Amino acid sequence: MPASPDSSGRERPGWTEGASRAQAFRRGAAFAPSTPAVVLFATFIGFGALAQATGFSAGQAVFTTLTVWALPGQVVLVDQMAKGAGLAAAAFAVTLTAIRLLPLTVSLMPLLRSSRMPRAVQFLMSHFIAVTVWIEGQRRLPALPEELRAPYFLGMASFFLVLNLIATMIGFLIAGRVPTEIAAGLLFLTPIYFLLSLISSARGPGDLMALVVGFLLGPVLFLAVPGFDLLATGLIGGTAAYLAGKRRRRT
Amino acid sequence: MTSGDGFATYLFLLAAGFGATAPWRFVGVVLARNLDIDSELLNWVRAVSTALVAGLVARMVFFPVGALAGVGIALRLGAFGCGLLVFFAARKNLAAGVAAGIAVLLAGQYLI
Repeated sequence: MPASPDSSGRERPGWTEGASRAQAFRRGAAFAPSTPAVVLFATFIGFGALAQATGFSAGQAVFTTLTVWALPGQVVLVDQMAKGAGLAAAAFAVTLTAIRLLPLTVSLMPLLRSSRMPRAVQFLMSHFIAVTVWIEGQRRLPALPEELRAPYFLGMASFFLVLNLIATMIGFLIAGRVPTEIAAGLLFLTPIYFLLSLISSARGPGDLMALVVGFLLGPVLFLAVPGFDLLATGLIGGTAAYLAGKRRRRT
Repeated sequence: MTSGDGFATYLFLLAAGFGATAPWRFVGVVLARNLDIDSELLNWVRAVSTALVAGLVARMVFFPVGALAGVGIALRLGAFGCGLLVFFAARKNLAAGVAAGIAVLLAGQYLI
């Protein structure tokens, strides 16, 4: 394997020189001042507040963050519970939001696992895959040596886990006391962070094309096929961008 | 259903939450089993993932939920555009872009 399998030729960070797996774990966890941490913290405060407003207990809110680990699914679950939906209806609504985790997992796992990693560990690691973790994984992992990626990822995931559970709790406690303007700001953080970090993690024109096509297609398909819009956006937009990028590479 | 904090409610949450989410991740692990980092198939899956997340971003901006829905579309798009501009002006600095976007959104709400 060459120094970096990443075609963008990203520099390997200096700390990886002779680093142990424990050091990689700590590196991944040393996330405190970074932008995704701030954004996640703010969005999970929003989730905690929402859960409180719809009649969840603090324990149920934290339990949902821990077991679902994907914000859109959590919001839908809270909403379904508030409506008094049955188990089948609630599970169906949640699962529609969770389909997007499939391509995210498929594209991140090859970076994470090593050949000898037990399947159980792979399943455990996959529980932490959600959009933010996927973005940060795509951004940070390719430049790391193969054997350090999994510990680094687990360090990162552990940090996010503690952070999100605390944020859920805080949101639950301050619910109803946040001015609307600030609440709107908290909700705005997620899309702007997603977009900018997608741009910064893009490798080449193919990725950028997928980004632009997805952005334009998303709202249209949301109106046309609500519920399946994200999956359709990904499949149609991503395939078009992939084919266009491939053609470009050939010529 | 939400009235109680008993075991049954947690079981419901586990079934409708974890039970509806985890299988997609698990299937992803299984499907990724034979995928190589440099394979063409993985390039395609990454493009699909990227387009999907970009679609999610557009949906959050154009069809917001909660308090953000109370903010006009012009301000939402303006703040989004400013964030993008500052991001590129600051040589792709993520924190600067996010901070600029949120600053415009907050300032716009209080001033307009």
